[in-house]
Amino acid sequence: MCVKQIPDPAAPAALDPSTRNLVRDGKLIMDESDLYGVEMGLQLIDAAGGGEVTLVSMAPNGETNGLRNALAMGAAKAVLVSDPALAGSDALGTAKVLAAAIRRGPFDLVLAATESTDGYTGTMPVQLAELLGVPSVTFAKKVTVDGASLKVDRQTEAGYDEVACPLPAVVTVTAGVVEPRFPSFKGIMAAKSKPLETLSIADLGLDAASVGGAGAREEVVDVQQAEARQAGQLVTDEGDAHEKVIAFLEDLKLI
Amino acid sequence: MSASNIWVVTEPSGGAPLPVALELLTKARSLAAAGGGSVSAVGWGADASSMAAAAGEYGAATYYDVGDIGEQLPGPAVAAAIASLIASGQSPDVILIGATYDGRDIAGRLSARLDRPVITNVVGLEDSGGSLQSEHGIFGGTQVAKARFTADGPGLFVVRAKSFAAEASGGSPAQVGAAPVPDLAAVGSARIAARHAEERSGPKLDEAEVVVSGGRGLGDKESYALIEELAKLLNGAPGASRAIVDAGWVPYAYQVGQTGKTVKPNVYIACGISGATQHMVGMKSSKNIIAINKDEQAPIFSIADLGIVGDVHKVLPKLIEALKSRA
Repeated sequence: MCVKQIPDPAAPAALDPSTRNLVRDGKLIMDESDLYGVEMGLQLIDAAGGGEVTLVSMAPNGETNGLRNALAMGAAKAVLVSDPALAGSDALGTAKVLAAAIRRGPFDLVLAATESTDGYTGTMPVQLAELLGVPSVTFAKKVTVDGASLKVDRQTEAGYDEVACPLPAVVTVTAGVVEPRFPSFKGIMAAKSKPLETLSIADLGLDAASVGGAGAREEVVDVQQAEARQAGQLVTDEGDAHEKVIAFLEDLKLI
Repeated sequence: MSASNIWVVTEPSGGAPLPVALELLTKARSLAAAGGGSVSAVGWGADASSMAAAAGEYGAATYYDVGDIGEQLPGPAVAAAIASLIASGQSPDVILIGATYDGRDIAGRLSARLDRPVITNVVGLEDSGGSLQSEHGIFGGTQVAKARFTADGPGLFVVRAKSFAAEASGGSPAQVGAAPVPDLAAVGSARIAARHAEERSGPKLDEAEVVVSGGRGLGDKESYALIEELAKLLNGAPGASRAIVDAGWVPYAYQVGQTGKTVKPNVYIACGISGATQHMVGMKSSKNIIAINKDEQAPIFSIADLGIVGDVHKVLPKLIEALKSRA
């Protein structure tokens, strides 16, 4: 399961004035979007009657707080690729790093969220699948394993498609499709002693020029305040506020 | 990079390009005209002639036909077909892709195949001294960032729907060229076994004149029925905040926001939505915004043309009743 540790989305976000990268100096937490994939992974190994969930993550500063949370839910171990050279990575650079980490061992299924909360490019898992040379099914609402193949209900514009996909594969999971478990006290204690391996990009045999800010071949050139929208009329409901809405819609000739 | 030779991934839906593809073809046409270049469309499906006609009508000179991909997922097949065209000597400066379910798959696959980065969540494109810059709403749309590629093309941009208006140029049908899919081996091995359309009456979320969205303030999943009923009475589409999608009340397809859809309806009615930046970026360009929320301090009121401080469980039933009595 690919897990991203991000700045708390509830805290104010900012760009570094010189690099125009998102500031990630503070404490990082596990992206809530990843809870659904972790839960999905745990349910699939339960259904299969064996196997384990390994977390794979990348961060420039060695942060492990968010990974401990997923280990407490029941993941068996974690691999964190951490290297100062990874600062400023784009989605393709991230996919290259995660692909190198995942290739170190055997895998049947790689899960990820459809998109992260902070960067939300939504392309990394598919780039990863292409680099790993495996099929992918994105926007999964439901996943079942049937022998060497997956059955995935994939969200579409019109409804959903049932997709049959051989393993190994990459699947991205939409939020809300499973109910993530809360870590038990026992799980939290056990997580402290679960294996958490930290690797540098040199350990993965990657060239520093191909990843991180050096490998990202795009740049933010300008940031401006957007045109502000003004607040209009504010009324407190005294039992007749719906009439205000009716009048507003009438003015627009919508009713 | 310059922007004279522009390709547009033209996703089909029922034999015609999706609206977002027509929006991108329109934008590509004006960018290419300024740079003295041309526009090509890349599409797939069994209806090459109607697709080529529509692409031509919106300014494409060439329609590269990937062909009927049957039950394959479009991502690997279309990306590989485009990569093959490039390997055989075609050299697009820019490839524009709509931010749809399949569009993002194509972009990701193509990015890794070509070893080119991809810029996503684009809401604007402009030629800045011969180099193409993309625009992005960030931090809840309070700021606009501009980005560009620093290396050789092709530059891959994934553009959100409704970023540009679609306008036909009245051009003749695009000339059809073949874009065959090479052997995909394992990456192309997934197959669609069945397609299910969900019964959803009324307009699509990102095309509706009226959008009625619900959030956590509804209290429970059952209360979402109020949102659906109001949307139906106004011939609108129901939407949702991320919070209730994450909670499993409604599917991801309903989500309006940064992660989710961008909507620009004539009227957006936010019910029990506080207005997290994540939500606002997806709806703040609506022409008119009505917000109903119990909390007077809710950020959504700072962008609402009409704000009602009140309980959605009291206001919505009365509003629905009043609309029904008029019908």
